[in-house]
Amino acid sequence: MSILVFVEDWNGAYKKASFEAVAYAKSWATMNSNKVIAVTSVSAPAGELAGYGADHIIQIGLGSTAMGIAGQLKELSAEASGIVIAGTSLGRSLAPALSALTSGALSTNTISLPLSTSPLQLKRGAFSSKGIETIELDSTMPIVSFVPNSIGLEPVAGEGNLESREISSNDALEVLSTEVASGKVALPEAEAVVSAGRGLKGPENWGMIEELADVLGAATACSKPVSDIGWRPHSEHVGQTGIQVNPNLYIAIGISGAIQHLAGVSASKTIVVVNTDPEAPFFKAADYGIVGDAFEVVPKLVNALRAFKAAS
Amino acid sequence: MNILVCISHVPDTTAKINFTADGTALDPAGVQFVINPYDEFGLTKALHIKEAQGGTITVINVGPATTEPTLRKALAIGADKAVRIDAIPMDAITVAKELKNHISANSYDLIICGQESIDYNGQQVPAMLAALLEQPFANACVGLSLDNGTATATSEIDGGHATYKASLPMVIGGKKGLVEEKDLRIPNMRGIMSARTKPLEVAPATEGEGPTKPVSFEKPAGKAAVKMVDAENVDELVRLLHEEAKAI
Ligand SMILES: Cc1cc2nc3c(=O)[nH]c(=O)nc-3n(C[C@H](O)[C@H](O)[C@H](O)COP(=O)(O)OP(=O)(O)OC[C@H]3O[C@@H](n4cnc5c(N)ncnc54)[C@H](O)[C@@H]3O)c2cc1C
Repeated sequence: MSILVFVEDWNGAYKKASFEAVAYAKSWATMNSNKVIAVTSVSAPAGELAGYGADHIIQIGLGSTAMGIAGQLKELSAEASGIVIAGTSLGRSLAPALSALTSGALSTNTISLPLSTSPLQLKRGAFSSKGIETIELDSTMPIVSFVPNSIGLEPVAGEGNLESREISSNDALEVLSTEVASGKVALPEAEAVVSAGRGLKGPENWGMIEELADVLGAATACSKPVSDIGWRPHSEHVGQTGIQVNPNLYIAIGISGAIQHLAGVSASKTIVVVNTDPEAPFFKAADYGIVGDAFEVVPKLVNALRAFKAAS
Repeated sequence: MNILVCISHVPDTTAKINFTADGTALDPAGVQFVINPYDEFGLTKALHIKEAQGGTITVINVGPATTEPTLRKALAIGADKAVRIDAIPMDAITVAKELKNHISANSYDLIICGQESIDYNGQQVPAMLAALLEQPFANACVGLSLDNGTATATSEIDGGHATYKASLPMVIGGKKGLVEEKDLRIPNMRGIMSARTKPLEVAPATEGEGPTKPVSFEKPAGKAAVKMVDAENVDELVRLLHEEAKAI
């Protein structure tokens, strides 16, 4: 049987995590010589998915909510022996809803490919990155939701056969509106994040943080107190009780590195810390550190990065 | 308005996490347990709703007797009654099914969960519960208003917000924003005294084993020692990020 993968798009464009999801499904399917069935919206450029491993691509008129899509995927799951869903904000509602509908065993927050397929075992993050769990899933209809950007995957091309189907979607939830900031890198998907804390002294000082993020193509983030006092929007709050991020590069400026902050960012591949206090706990969790005043270091770093970009 | 607030009992955010010697479970020695931070926003929201339009707030936990102090704390904050389903659940679907069984036997207009428990970080129970109950669901909910049996909910989505409308009953996966941090209620002396006499019902478990099981737990590999770079030499940082870390 095949591995079914849900491929998410936003207004017709695929998210990076969607390609990862197809590549994940391909790696898993290949372990048992299975094929990959990718399920995607009629309005998305489905042909692109073959390059990431989709053998069979089913285009449907996707519902607009997690519950609506879960019902549609449940129907298609009859053709599959396992399901892959990226842990995006939609995926984090969709995967558990689907598992309840199919009675399938679910691993969310997954950070590995299957370690073995019978029994199916995987690694997942737990205790806010303070622990890693090896979990075993019952074989009936296992569903894997993985953390985007946590598993380096080399795409392998698939057959790419396209087909459209009609499957109705039902949800009592009505979408009144959606608002997504354009031209800004969304925090959960960002490859680089520039984050600042109370050391910045006030909201008027975020210009240099945005400039730094701009040079790096990074998203901006902040510590919890910064969003609690309203210097920055809640949607930028990262940490144990905010958004959990794992970019390739996380730059923390004027953040002390409290355990709750580290819990949401320590899975980042490379961490840079800028802080005036050499004893700041964040240095213990960092790869590179600069003891210095953010108001002097950040503008210099912006210039150095601009020069680097211009030269390369 | 009959509101159910689901309460998870989790290690305090500052807790050092250790696992038992055989690596199969959390070692609770020295760990302080608290109301899951996401659930605190839901509980305060329920209090705001009750104060505005009347009603009853029930808090519920699926867990062993050791979770009762956490339920008592929720009563001290202002819930009217508590229910503990006596089980040691091994996965989220088992919790969701136990909750569903309780909800089906009672009748609630609104069910508020936290979007995530900070122990196993599954983000699973709220959506599973909504699917099992066939009720509308708003996850990562940062705003909720109720008007005559109709709810308007604002949820965080990747890079922005969505606004939904649904008829009650519905299930919410809440977080900060549902109420503001500064408005979070904490127990006062009168609350603590009255919590002692509020009802805490213990109901037997009805579900068997779930489809997943933990095999082992480990701690993540530690980082190598930090490399310090002189504040006067940011070019060196750029070089390291490019050549060594390959991060730019
Ligand atoms: C239940 C609970 C949950 C929590 N969840 C989170 C969470 O999810 N995320 C989170 O971030 N926090 C969380 N916290 C809060 C956390 O404990 C810390 O209070 C918070 O992270 C500190 O934020 P900060 O580092 O910005 O501020 P501070 O701790 O005040 O640190 C400011 C830092 O800036 C440095 N500094 C000052 N001036 C300069 C300068 N000019 N240049 C460079 N550096 C400078 C200082 O040396 C200091 O290290 C939580 C707390 C609790 C109790």
